[in-house]
Amino acid sequence: MKLLVCIKQVPDMESKFKIDEDGVWFARADLAWRMNEYDEYAVEQAVQLKEQTGGDLTVLCIGSDQVKETMKKALAMGCDRGVHISDDRSYLKDPYEIASMIAEFARDKDFDLIFTGMQSQDRGSGQVGVIIAELLSISAITTIVDFKCDNGKIVVKRELEGGVKAQVETPLPALVTCQLGLNTPRYPTLPNIMKAKKKEMITIAAEELHTVSAMQKTLKIAFPEKQGGGLFLEGEVADIADRLISILREKTSVLA
Amino acid sequence: MKTLLVAEYRQGKVQESYAELMAFAAALGAESAMFIVGVSSGDLPKFQGTLHVAEVSEYGEYNPDAHKYLLLDVVAQEQPDMIVFSHSSYGWDLAPRVAVSLKAPQISEVIGVEDGKLVVPSCNGKLKRTMTGNGDVTVVTLQAGAFSLSEPPAGISNVCPVVGEYQGMVTLLGYEAAEHGGVDLTKSSVIVSAGRGVGKPENIQIVEGLAKALGGEYGASRPVVDAEWVPHNRQVGTTGLTVSPKLYVACGISGAVQHLAGMKKSEFVVAINTDKDAPIGELADVFAVADLKLLLPVLTEKIQAL
Ligand SMILES: Cc1cc2nc3c(=O)[nH]c(=O)nc-3n(C[C@H](O)[C@H](O)[C@H](O)COP(=O)(O)OP(=O)(O)OC[C@H]3O[C@@H](n4cnc5c(N)ncnc54)[C@H](O)[C@@H]3O)c2cc1C
Ligand SMILES: Nc1ncnc2c1ncn2[C@@H]1O[C@H](COP(=O)(O)O)[C@@H](O)[C@H]1O
Repeated sequence: MKLLVCIKQVPDMESKFKIDEDGVWFARADLAWRMNEYDEYAVEQAVQLKEQTGGDLTVLCIGSDQVKETMKKALAMGCDRGVHISDDRSYLKDPYEIASMIAEFARDKDFDLIFTGMQSQDRGSGQVGVIIAELLSISAITTIVDFKCDNGKIVVKRELEGGVKAQVETPLPALVTCQLGLNTPRYPTLPNIMKAKKKEMITIAAEELHTVSAMQKTLKIAFPEKQGGGLFLEGEVADIADRLISILREKTSVLA
Repeated sequence: MKTLLVAEYRQGKVQESYAELMAFAAALGAESAMFIVGVSSGDLPKFQGTLHVAEVSEYGEYNPDAHKYLLLDVVAQEQPDMIVFSHSSYGWDLAPRVAVSLKAPQISEVIGVEDGKLVVPSCNGKLKRTMTGNGDVTVVTLQAGAFSLSEPPAGISNVCPVVGEYQGMVTLLGYEAAEHGGVDLTKSSVIVSAGRGVGKPENIQIVEGLAKALGGEYGASRPVVDAEWVPHNRQVGTTGLTVSPKLYVACGISGAVQHLAGMKKSEFVVAINTDKDAPIGELADVFAVADLKLLLPVLTEKIQAL
């Protein structure tokens, strides 16, 4: 089986964000970067499948040189090779451009299965996976929380609102977008981290794959205006606890 | 401006979220038509205008390829400026397929309209972006709960059947109900919830300790449930429970929209979080900027001593 998993490097969401000079994205300096959480589930599922059935697993990431750090984690988790689509300006591209580049790369490679996250934590469009599948004319199923593959087809569970699940089947080739809770992503072990350093890393210039133009535009990015007139309690915990108790007494009936 | 609103039908029911699509169209001052794969002779959305209905018995509840082609036929007929979905398991699955076919931009998870431009969240709600699409038609998905009608939806539709010889590559085998049973959090007047900020499973106890001291139950955000530190019947949020206690204490919970959706009707909200900028602050009446591992034991002890 030929497998592809697409990952994105995103800032840690607990970071203190600042707005970039151009006013359309956040400043990229001084942030801690990591693998998009949803993509960790995608990598884990792809690695598990490779372990079960054998096969060849490529991890792909579009971004600047620094994304290679995140790709190394995926290699240490068990991917066989990395394809780095080198692009210093990928964060300014819209989901259609990103997906087209990936589809352009994948077009003649005959992947049996492509795994993506259901959404990226920073952009959160939830589009790239489905667009790739549409451009390649293969089946796509989103938001999976359970995955089985045999006899040339996959049977997955999609998560719906309220915790209901839908069991769905489709023939290969197919693309799935992975949701939280699909599996428990492994921690790379030290020997695997060492092995990962020797794995193949192919770099492709973005221009070679970038054939479409943006269809949407960010006019501006801003902090949401604070609406809650919430009260902030800071300082010593004992003091916070006392103030909190007196607020609960005054404003709620739960301590009555 | 004309919008085509895509309503949803699941497990034999029209999903009420169609009213949010109508509210969005109203916010834009747009006229609209609606599309649903449902039952033309059964329960339908209460919508004033043209309602295009494809039969669910023919096309299935989840059959994205077929639904895409049916919808594209309606788009050709209606020529809308915008095609509007809920940002839901149905909407985020179908919308990009339609957008690609139309070579149209898709703007996901819209939370507001400012001067006719669409506002979407980024980075777990810490930032918001104002977006615009190029081209004649834009596909949008709306964040659940972001738009609402002041009156229940009403109206008499002009029902138009939609048919076509369409098949799909995906087969729906069946549904699995959510796991329920055991404790019923929706009945509790105090809920203290544990988020990923608890760090390790042992710390669930200190959250449970505070819940007990307050005479309530403990709940959890999704990652804590996914990690199996807490059972699913205690998960609060879009894929868990919707609760409205007198007091909700969110411990180490960032405040992702899917969590907020499950607890925003709480009467009083306390957040305990080390990150002062955490989006839970948007909703919290009181925000204690503190390490929950330090604050909770002290707080619990003091409450027990009252
Ligand atoms: C389709 C879909 C459905 C979903 N459904 C749900 C749902 O039903 N319910 C749900 O909860 N989520 C749901 N999610 C997930 C949601 O998007 C978030 O990922 C999740 O709510 C985050 O949980 P969290 O706040 O516990 O963790 P995080 O976002 O990781 O936040 C942890 C917080 O803990 C704080 N913290 C860290 N250490 C400490 C400390 N020592 N003391 C105090 N604070 C600390 C951090 O500052 C941070 O704010 C869904 C997502 C999707 C895509
Ligand atoms: N720059 C990128 N490089 C590789 N994969 C990406 C990139 N951006 C998005 N993806 C994939 O597409 C998924 C959905 O992203 P999005 O549409 O941005 O929410 C992610 O979870 C990744 O799997």
